[in-house]
Amino acid sequence: MEEFLTTYVIPGLWIIGHSLLLLVILLVFTAYILYADRKIFAAVQLRRGPNVVGPWGLLQSFADLLKFVLKEPIIPASSSKVVFIAAPLVTAVLALSAFAVIPVAENWAVADINLGILFVFAISSLEIYGIIMGGWASNNKYAFLACLRSAAQMVSYEVSMGFIIITVLLCAGSLNLTDIVLSQQSGLGTMLGLPGSFLDWYWLPLFPAFIMFFISAIAETNRPPFDLPEAESELVAGHMVEYSSTMFLLFFLGEFISIILMCALTTILFLGGWLPPLDIAIFNWVPGAIWFTLKLLFVFFCMAMVRGFVPRYRYDQLMRLGWKVFLPLSLAMVVLVAGVLQYTGWAS
Amino acid sequence: MVLQAIFFYLFATITVASAFMVISSRNPVHSVLFLILAFVNASGLFMLTGAEFLALLLIVVYVGAVAVLFLFVIMMLDVDFVELRQGFLQYLPIGGLVAFIVFAELLMVVGSWIIAPGAVSSITQPIPEMSGPDGISNIQAIGQVLYTKYVFFFQIAGLILLVAMIGAIVLTLHRKPNVRRQDIMTQNARDPKTAIEIKDVESGKGI
Repeated sequence: MEEFLTTYVIPGLWIIGHSLLLLVILLVFTAYILYADRKIFAAVQLRRGPNVVGPWGLLQSFADLLKFVLKEPIIPASSSKVVFIAAPLVTAVLALSAFAVIPVAENWAVADINLGILFVFAISSLEIYGIIMGGWASNNKYAFLACLRSAAQMVSYEVSMGFIIITVLLCAGSLNLTDIVLSQQSGLGTMLGLPGSFLDWYWLPLFPAFIMFFISAIAETNRPPFDLPEAESELVAGHMVEYSSTMFLLFFLGEFISIILMCALTTILFLGGWLPPLDIAIFNWVPGAIWFTLKLLFVFFCMAMVRGFVPRYRYDQLMRLGWKVFLPLSLAMVVLVAGVLQYTGWAS
Repeated sequence: MVLQAIFFYLFATITVASAFMVISSRNPVHSVLFLILAFVNASGLFMLTGAEFLALLLIVVYVGAVAVLFLFVIMMLDVDFVELRQGFLQYLPIGGLVAFIVFAELLMVVGSWIIAPGAVSSITQPIPEMSGPDGISNIQAIGQVLYTKYVFFFQIAGLILLVAMIGAIVLTLHRKPNVRRQDIMTQNARDPKTAIEIKDVESGKGI
């Protein structure tokens, strides 16, 4: 009995507590990311944005949440009911579950698994199913067409994202997210004799990959300027046309959490995760989680600005960019990086 | 160990149940969704045996890419369910034959495992030590045999896939002569000098 308690119950409770804490923080964070997104977009267009609910509109996201939850869920009569209800659940649960392996600071991940990056990649490739199931089960041709477009877009950009991740893996020599961050403690900057700084992170040596990853992340999460499935000025709401109430909220939440996930992934792969920008005492005193959050917010700010000032792509342009520009370039990056690492002997 | 056993039975039960639903559900799209569920649970079984890399690769490749395309095709087909049911008896002998062959092969595999336990190790690579201090990771273990001993087969497999890909492209590629296409390179190469012409129009005359 004693052994049962120490091997299963206590670690189990620990994991559940850790996950719950992460979930709560993540959901509150998502609420404010949503608010930030609307505020930034408003500022770009010289509007005020949400400013009524709470001081400076800070409680707007929670008011929206209540609004969604209190409305009546409508299930279309001719829909495939189980799939219709399962689709938003799949979207939200998958988006949340990827965060189990994200190290916010050293040893802070719920599960610090060996193949962390592959796990995140697998989860993000599963996220297509929420969209396909939702679009098909609605039994609505507009929702269906939108889900086909959205899924084709996600599949296309996943390919080049995979190659970009491989270039980082080649440099880091590990698939563990913690190891990838730690391997950025020394790099281009320290090679030139400088102390550890932001020049060591992979964004500098892998700059083209960094830019491609950022753009692919926007396309992968269906954000503007690649928001073709739900282009609000042209189509209604893409695959979510028939959804209302809590089910719509789950779709919305899943989408925003996967955006945060992509920002977190960019931070870990290219911006040194929780590492401080300069290896000096004042910066080292600040906890790693704060640096991580700041970098994540910076990446998100860039995404929100892109939404503000880049016009929407046409669908054929989007596909061209994915298959004819990013795929060959990222493949060339893999070959180049592997060659350089092999011949200079930097890979150890 | 208890926990592993519980998870094994969980994954195995769901895999078998969803595999059964693949062939018994009325709607083909539901069949494919059950197939995906079976894939995901099979990857859970891989995970339990310690092959995490294969498990995640199964999800990325089969569930994330192959099954999506499969679902696309099935969803867009205009399937007549009544017609689909009518052909059942006609295809039963062929289906039964395939089932029989698979069953016989399974019996042979399990049989050789019982009769000659050493047979497996004589035809396959030894499984490297993966746990413990000098254990190597999954990826290293696969890479070490894939790129050394089986490099020839690996290349051949890649070549076959390339041929298949080119074949698919050739089948769908037909240039229509009367379609105006957009060439991004020429569009980007345009400059105001060649694109616009400024004319000084005298008032009352026009061009």
